[in-house]
Amino acid sequence: MNKLIQWVDERLPVVDAFERHMSKYYAPKNFNVWYVFGVLSMLVLVNQLLTGIWLTMMYTPTAEGAFASVEYIMRDVEYGWLLRYMHSTGASMFFLVVYLHMFRGLMYGSYQKPRELIWIFGMAIYLILMAEAFMGYVLPWGQMSYWGAQVIINLFSAIPGIGEDLALWIRGDYLISGATLNRFFALHVVALPIVLLGLVVLHILALHEVGSNNPDGIDIKKNKDADGKPKDGIPFHPYYTVHDLVPIAVFLAVFAIVVFYFPEMGGYFIEKPNFQEADPLQTPDHIAPVWYFTPFYAMLRAITFNLLGLSSQFWGVVVMGAAIAILFVLPWLDRSPVRSMRYKGWFSRGALALFAVSFVMLGYLGAEPATPIKTMLAQIGTAIYFGYFILMPFYTRMESTKPVPERVTTK
Amino acid sequence: MKQLLTVILAMCMPVVASAAGGGGHLDSMEPDLSDQASLQRGAQIFTNYCMGCHSAEYSRYKRVAKDLGIPKELYEQNLIFTDARFGELMNIAMPEEQAASWFGTAPPDLTLTARVNGPDWLYSYLRAFYKDESRPHGVNNAVFDNVGMPHVMVNQGGLCAEPPHIGQEPEVDPSTGEVVGDDICDDWAIEGSMEPKEFDRAMYDLTNFLVYLGEPALMDRKRIGVYVLIFIGVFFIFAYLLNREYWKDIH
Repeated sequence: MNKLIQWVDERLPVVDAFERHMSKYYAPKNFNVWYVFGVLSMLVLVNQLLTGIWLTMMYTPTAEGAFASVEYIMRDVEYGWLLRYMHSTGASMFFLVVYLHMFRGLMYGSYQKPRELIWIFGMAIYLILMAEAFMGYVLPWGQMSYWGAQVIINLFSAIPGIGEDLALWIRGDYLISGATLNRFFALHVVALPIVLLGLVVLHILALHEVGSNNPDGIDIKKNKDADGKPKDGIPFHPYYTVHDLVPIAVFLAVFAIVVFYFPEMGGYFIEKPNFQEADPLQTPDHIAPVWYFTPFYAMLRAITFNLLGLSSQFWGVVVMGAAIAILFVLPWLDRSPVRSMRYKGWFSRGALALFAVSFVMLGYLGAEPATPIKTMLAQIGTAIYFGYFILMPFYTRMESTKPVPERVTTK
Repeated sequence: MKQLLTVILAMCMPVVASAAGGGGHLDSMEPDLSDQASLQRGAQIFTNYCMGCHSAEYSRYKRVAKDLGIPKELYEQNLIFTDARFGELMNIAMPEEQAASWFGTAPPDLTLTARVNGPDWLYSYLRAFYKDESRPHGVNNAVFDNVGMPHVMVNQGGLCAEPPHIGQEPEVDPSTGEVVGDDICDDWAIEGSMEPKEFDRAMYDLTNFLVYLGEPALMDRKRIGVYVLIFIGVFFIFAYLLNREYWKDIH
């Protein structure tokens, strides 16, 4: 075995790569439970790729055959139902862990210098993931697949001038049709996964270049021992590889409970109208996106007024786009001298708490039919969402921060 | 033109909503897929009364026979009315275009109806027909207003003269002590060959079968889930102990 490794290593630097990224990658020893969601999203990504490959073997990417082929997978393929539920549950779980992973970043200032690029790659992953999930949801060709896609792609036609042509170009037809399904299939199973994997590699390479942040927001590379190893760091392998196994087991249990006992998750993971084949002539009475898009959908619908001679629909799209775009510039909005919430002032803490609450509220509102009160709440939520980012340069600089300790703190 | 379309769409909205949701209260129905006798009775009703017009085009006879514990010969002799073979999908002979002209709309495929509408809705809908001469088939439905479907099991279930009590608990009249609304129907236009409770039981069986039909793997997944969770539990213990061993020197 050793000889084989040696033989390979003389031709490909496998030992060096393993040491750089695993056995000699020093991670802070004070990671808490929030630091597991990165690993969990990798786990879900692998789940999506594997179950996706097998689903592709049985799925028919045509408007005539798609719906029936999904039912074929659910009934006639051995354990096809398991593959399908693992994939559909995985999609929702992917967003769940990614949202928690992003919240961790907000909490501990993981986007701050020198980790701006890690954050930007992460946001690009999030963006691609949204496209991937959206196109994936169209593939079963149910009523919600169809009408959800109709609503989302129609958003592009709100752009003045080029809008209609752009929507036509995306659909490949005057309405969502087999042509749309075919291109979404190609993008979902080939193009976007390749981009996603590339971005994940960049995300991790950038992380391993500057090193991981930690709940104290302290740079562990400042305190090194005689051998040049960070005093507060421990090798990722074996310490964090075994450490992560415990929450992975907990996560798998939650995952299995959903897959085996609540695969539809009360209509949030698989919406009920999606058990009806797509029918271009019959609009469902309530079109709601899947839960992970609802915060942004609520912001889109919150804009109910025309402005500067442009329609409210256009401004809704602008707001929705801006809500995602503003996340990319976050590293330059935070002017605080400290990274972690542990040492930031009460203003930052309150702002983050308010932001989190309003994001969850927007998520709820986006799944509900619009009423005047709910629209007003969505407008307040949208204002808080943007306020959190736009006011950040001011409140992070104004507030007084606590002194940051020299070494990391452990319980 | 666009405005006109909007107005028409807006006018259609309440119709669509009432057709899909039905609104109001429903009788609750707790499916029990472990009750194979109930599923077999449901399959019998489904094949005899529903499959004249409704297909189950994603399901195979063979799978139903296997899951419900019905021997091949028995199933072929009693529950396949077309020239379909045992391994084929449960399609029907009625052409969709003609069906649409007969009923106003083509009878929908029923493979997944339980997953779209839910067992409560189905159980209530099947028992909610009542006499209404203004409708083409002389019947209406308290759960699905202006439904295109005739009351297929009128000979068994009878027909209520007015909308039946769906989603209402029986009440005791305080002055007389009599139970009011215990029966689904106060006044029958047509008496059925079955007692009302007997018919309820038959519709329970049918709904139960439709729930099975919507997801034949349902029982499998619940059974397998237990073993998967036990495995994860054991894995957790080993992961926990391994982690404790590695981390005991880290402070």
